[in-house]
Amino acid sequence: MSFIEYGDTIKDGDTAIVFLGHESMFPVKVQHGTVTQTKYGVIRHSTDLIGKKYGSKVTCSKGGWVFILHPTPELWTMNLPHRTQILYSTDISIITMMLELKPGSIVCESGTGSGSLSHALIRTVAPTGHLYTVEFHQQRAEKAREEFREHGVDHLVTVTNQDVCKNGFGVSNIADAVFLDIPSPWEAIGHAKSALKTEGGRICSFSPCIEQVQRTCLAMEEYGFTEINTLEILLRVYNVRTISLQIPDLGKAAEDNSGTGFDSSNPSNQGSPGANLQQGTVQFKSGVPLREMVGHTGYLTFATKSLV
Amino acid sequence: MEASPGARIREGDCAVLKRGEVFKAVPVLRRRKIIFEKQWFYLDNAIGHIYGTTFEVTNGGNLQPKQDVEETTTETKEAGTDNRNIVDDGKSQKLTHDDIKALKDKGIKGQEIVQQLIENSTTFRDKTEFAQDKYIKKKKKKYEAVITIVKPSTRILSTMYYAREPGKINHLRYDTLAQMLTLGNIHAGNKMIVMETCAGLLLGAVMERMGGYGSIIQMYPGGGPVRAATSCFGFPKPYFDNLHEFPLSKVQSLLSGTFSTETLPSDPEDNALVEEESNGLTEEKQTSLQETEEEPTTEAPMEINQSEEQETMDINAEDVEFKENKEKENKENVREKQMKQWERRKKLTETAALLREKNADGLIVASKFHPTPLLLSLLEFVAPSRPFVVYCQYKEPLLECYTKLRERGGVINLKLSETWLRNYQVLPDRSHPKLTMSGGGGYLLSGITVVLDKGKSDSSSLEALKMEEPSPKRCKVQDLHC
Repeated sequence: MSFIEYGDTIKDGDTAIVFLGHESMFPVKVQHGTVTQTKYGVIRHSTDLIGKKYGSKVTCSKGGWVFILHPTPELWTMNLPHRTQILYSTDISIITMMLELKPGSIVCESGTGSGSLSHALIRTVAPTGHLYTVEFHQQRAEKAREEFREHGVDHLVTVTNQDVCKNGFGVSNIADAVFLDIPSPWEAIGHAKSALKTEGGRICSFSPCIEQVQRTCLAMEEYGFTEINTLEILLRVYNVRTISLQIPDLGKAAEDNSGTGFDSSNPSNQGSPGANLQQGTVQFKSGVPLREMVGHTGYLTFATKSLV
Repeated sequence: MEASPGARIREGDCAVLKRGEVFKAVPVLRRRKIIFEKQWFYLDNAIGHIYGTTFEVTNGGNLQPKQDVEETTTETKEAGTDNRNIVDDGKSQKLTHDDIKALKDKGIKGQEIVQQLIENSTTFRDKTEFAQDKYIKKKKKKYEAVITIVKPSTRILSTMYYAREPGKINHLRYDTLAQMLTLGNIHAGNKMIVMETCAGLLLGAVMERMGGYGSIIQMYPGGGPVRAATSCFGFPKPYFDNLHEFPLSKVQSLLSGTFSTETLPSDPEDNALVEEESNGLTEEKQTSLQETEEEPTTEAPMEINQSEEQETMDINAEDVEFKENKEKENKENVREKQMKQWERRKKLTETAALLREKNADGLIVASKFHPTPLLLSLLEFVAPSRPFVVYCQYKEPLLECYTKLRERGGVINLKLSETWLRNYQVLPDRSHPKLTMSGGGGYLLSGITVVLDKGKSDSSSLEALKMEEPSPKRCKVQDLHC
């Protein structure tokens, strides 16, 4: 397995995802002799995991079971240990497309943070591209390096511990795209421009506050970026539910049995699709929105560097 | 300047013309008249320039790179404070329609026309600075006709299709497409199954993200896959070596083990011709295809006339030779057709074998068809622990699909979602979301496959329950799990 290449069977040293049920999962480092505790009991790596097919059901000691999944950057994003606020797949998706990333692309990123976006970028540019990621926090930079190594992707990424606003990305004129998720992105626009290829490239800046966006757009304009465009993207999730609504009792027109309106006891109504299962109800399938949703993550500003 | 090979505009490329927010895909051919945004021109002068270059259209219909003109320094211009005294009577512009036309005919540059308009507007100096700014931007947009030639990419083409021909792509908005590519973990080395009726846009996007590595099996309805948009991407030939196709009409037989190549769908090339849309791009491809597929009778007389410069030849003799050659041509064509059919059968058998392995790394669907039968059948070809994502313009079919998938089992992490996209205007003291936004970009159902429990025992219904959301405690009584 690796984050950039699918494998069929679980091997010693893999990072696998243990799936317990709806929205309940966690990553696990597969190792001979190790044991993992779950609420359904114990999983013994040597007997329960190693050699099994990814996607298999594993029964735990207490009798309950889980699924073992192959890692992907998306699953990693949902389960990684947070060292900073992270980017989620919704934003990551549009960033990837708008930066025109693909195998072979060279990307620069700052800050590395918890590596959520980094994993997704590495997956997209593999096997011939490269990610240059800059993180000014020493421990986070080191932890990122460690994780990339564990996940078998360290040959595709270079982590640099420095301040991108002062010292840039450490490379010049080689990047197809630059991504900024830092407090003061306008201070790094100049460095971003020099990191990008001479013939052109794409840039993206992610900022939670509109004031940051305004400053950044101004800086982009000053440095000659074109096609400056700011957007936001939000995810709406729906729960699929069968809903039952009661028919109100509107009484009868007269005292006899010939009532108007929807008569639930009328056999001709029983077979119809919206028919009631219980007396006086109508059932239907609905995609119900969640009670709460994420209303804001950040504004994404994209722009193009071109010669003319 | 040292630039990577793909960075320069070459003859034969598919390029995208851009003016503001308007895009159009065109083939780069010499002496081919292009009409775009009320202007016509030839692309000849653009060849050799770097993609991303902005051009102006000269009077002769030629392109020339836009000179970077220094903006006239803004000395403190006269401006008003608000619009309380500005009356919109349509009379504030002193230049008439004819005056402006005269200026254009004289060859006056757009910038100069805008300057003239400002000077001849009685209300300009009363406008606020912001209003003046807005006015100038508006006039520039209209009269300064600059065109940028950009390299096609998923970003460019998906935006273009959504704006110009959303019906062709089932109203798949570009951000929804972006979600699909990520949710599906599309990357180099995958063995992907793609089923789309989006003119080949989704296929192209998948191919771009796979970079020529791995393989793709495109399932298609009818006689053949439509790949009009795919050709816009300009992929190098090797990308197509591992692109296979398989007819949907054969899926049932493949699943039940009764597959054979005896009855094939009608010739895919003929159907592709019929189904291919013209974006002004496919015309070239269509004519070249037609030339090879055309009846031999029309080609034969031309050949004979060229090779035999005998104007004095007896007409009867010519006729006889004509007939003989025609017979030969016919025999050759029949042989050619047989060869082609044999090759197609061979390819089909190979693709069937690939599917039978049931180890695809993912499934991605975006079509006009009801998603449920597609998912239920095509998921059979996907390995366990792999993502799948299906797009539908409408939510309801995905509700049903979700239910049927739950009944089937073998899938987890099912999620029905849509994305909400909003663009912003960012200007000093004038930042706000834009005036209009897309009302809807379609819906996605995504999930992950797991090893399917063949025996449908109690555990499968337990499984279904486990995979469901727990009943929200605060919820009202009416809800029932499906």
